[in-house]
Amino acid sequence: MSESITKPNPYFKEYLPQEYKDIVEKEAFKKNKSFLDLGVVKELLEEHPLCAGCNLALSLKLILVALPNPEDTIIVGSTGCSSLALAQVGIHNIHSLFGNQNAVATGLKRALSIRFPDKVKDVVVMAGDGATADIGLDMTLHSWFRKEKITTIMFDNEIYANTGGQESGMTPCGRVVNMAPKGKKFSKINMPEIAKTSGCDYVAAVSVAKPKSVFSSVRKAILVAREIGPTYVQIFTPCPTNLKIKSSEAIIVAEEKVKQGEYPISEYISPQAEEYLKNLGELSQ
Amino acid sequence: MAGNNLKEVSAEYLLFEAKREEKFITGSEAVKEAILRANVDLAISYPITPQSESMHLVGDLYAEGYVKDYFRGENEFAVMSEVAGAAMAGVRVFTATCGPGTLRAFENFPMWAGSRLPIVMAFMTRGVNAPLTIQPDTIEMSFLLDTGMIMLHAENAQDLYDMILLAYDVAEQTSVHLPVGVFVDGFFVTHTRQKVKVIVEDVKLKSYDPSRSPMPTIDMETPPFRYMRDPFVMKSNFISYAAHASWQQEVIAAMYRSKKYLEKYLGSLIEQTNTDAEIQIVASGTAVSQARAAAKILKEEGIEVGIIKIKSIRPFPTEEIKDALKNAEKIVIPEFNRAGWLAKEVASTIKNNDRIVHGPRVYGGMTMPPEIIVEVIKKGTLIGV
Repeated sequence: MSESITKPNPYFKEYLPQEYKDIVEKEAFKKNKSFLDLGVVKELLEEHPLCAGCNLALSLKLILVALPNPEDTIIVGSTGCSSLALAQVGIHNIHSLFGNQNAVATGLKRALSIRFPDKVKDVVVMAGDGATADIGLDMTLHSWFRKEKITTIMFDNEIYANTGGQESGMTPCGRVVNMAPKGKKFSKINMPEIAKTSGCDYVAAVSVAKPKSVFSSVRKAILVAREIGPTYVQIFTPCPTNLKIKSSEAIIVAEEKVKQGEYPISEYISPQAEEYLKNLGELSQ
Repeated sequence: MAGNNLKEVSAEYLLFEAKREEKFITGSEAVKEAILRANVDLAISYPITPQSESMHLVGDLYAEGYVKDYFRGENEFAVMSEVAGAAMAGVRVFTATCGPGTLRAFENFPMWAGSRLPIVMAFMTRGVNAPLTIQPDTIEMSFLLDTGMIMLHAENAQDLYDMILLAYDVAEQTSVHLPVGVFVDGFFVTHTRQKVKVIVEDVKLKSYDPSRSPMPTIDMETPPFRYMRDPFVMKSNFISYAAHASWQQEVIAAMYRSKKYLEKYLGSLIEQTNTDAEIQIVASGTAVSQARAAAKILKEEGIEVGIIKIKSIRPFPTEEIKDALKNAEKIVIPEFNRAGWLAKEVASTIKNNDRIVHGPRVYGGMTMPPEIIVEVIKKGTLIGV
């Protein structure tokens, strides 16, 4: 996107909504923002219809501020809570069907490579645990096997939140939730390990309670996906509504569960990705 | 790329003026010949009989440099989503499937239409399970009638070739901008050799221009970047229902707006012979060829029969059919499926629809000997009914 696209026509400027003027003047598309800029700069998502204390909403804000190239980034989402917020993000995003996000992103990325061979266009998938690891797992994995240069980010609230709190493959073993009335019978799917063996060059599992690690893992994942190969970031975003956590305590749960070892945090960088990030230097911080 | 050696021309030049020569080729080879001229950016394949050979040959075009990108997807649902993502980003795509693949991919088709994607794809129709079958059957067309997709039914390899090429021009019109399915009866057309007049000049269809899309191309170059303050879904209010309802109405309106563009290339959406005959056969696909053979047998016996070939199933030629059948005494509708979807379409279109004989129908892979059409016409009713 050229900067002239967001630049208001001077004759129309006074008639434009304040929000639009803010996008231009407070630099919503400014590169290399820090998560410390949240609340100061114009954000790409300001209003959203998600619940009070929603950890997904917070992680989405952190992801958006971490985009290395927001003016040339396209988001592919999926059905679920995240799709409600993504529609209100100020960059191009797609919701097409439940579970097909990595397939849509594959076609989109290849099409953009044909149309803009000399330009970097980052394609970032953002979807829930049900979309990524259950209904869309085959397409998630095959995009990795094919080494599609896209970033996949999972909002892991360990439940189908938008449909009312049903068991997903990412629900921990033994937890009693809807559709698992006697407790879940099998372990949480180890997606970071699967991502690593399926060809991802950068894999991270982080908690929304650690903004800096969310920020840096998202940034590294997108940069590695540009040149090296597919990348995966899994963000722990426990759902206050379905887990019956007070809104004000949702982020504390996200921190405590990690401290107690109930949610494993990890990072894997392939040797090629490591080399690439080293050469990029500060950009990748 | 070898494709760069072909000169870009308008759809009108390509279809009406470009030099053609007759080749003796299979239906699958006719698909290759069409895609050679279609200037496709990305084609995605997935194997299923009897479609596979067509997409092998499109893969050869990629290897030869006539298609910019090509790969084999993981299943039909994924493939239809992959071509959707590419079409949203503003490139011209092609894919093909049939029968069970169509059903596996199904959720994508209304999404394509609702997203106003000008995807052209071929369906080499076959039966669906269970029991397992790979044989010709047009049952999948019955399921697709209300997806918002434009549906053309090819009788032979020549139709298949021409319809794929014209489909791109129709699909990409701003006032249409919808997916087009070109349907052809599997095996009967794909695996048989026929004479096909194909373009031999060094030309190809001019590139797709994404600015023709009524929806913003998803490339972060085309504003607006934020569509909605509030998403439609999950809002229990009349405005959100009305927004969704009017969106659906617009898709169907766009599908009917395609008619004038289809007519430019197809003439009428129907083709008639012996218009004054009291007995009329209405058919689409290879059933038309069988009807022609039946009419020939009957003519030798002194019985006059008219044939109405329907080329476009969606948009359906409602007025044309009403007019063509207004004086018919008996209407026979032979079909290659159990559901009799074409007979139902005609029955819901014309007055006094008890004139219709709903058949003969063959399915499960059976052929349709002209003699059974002859017998139905002579008895004036279905055999054994």
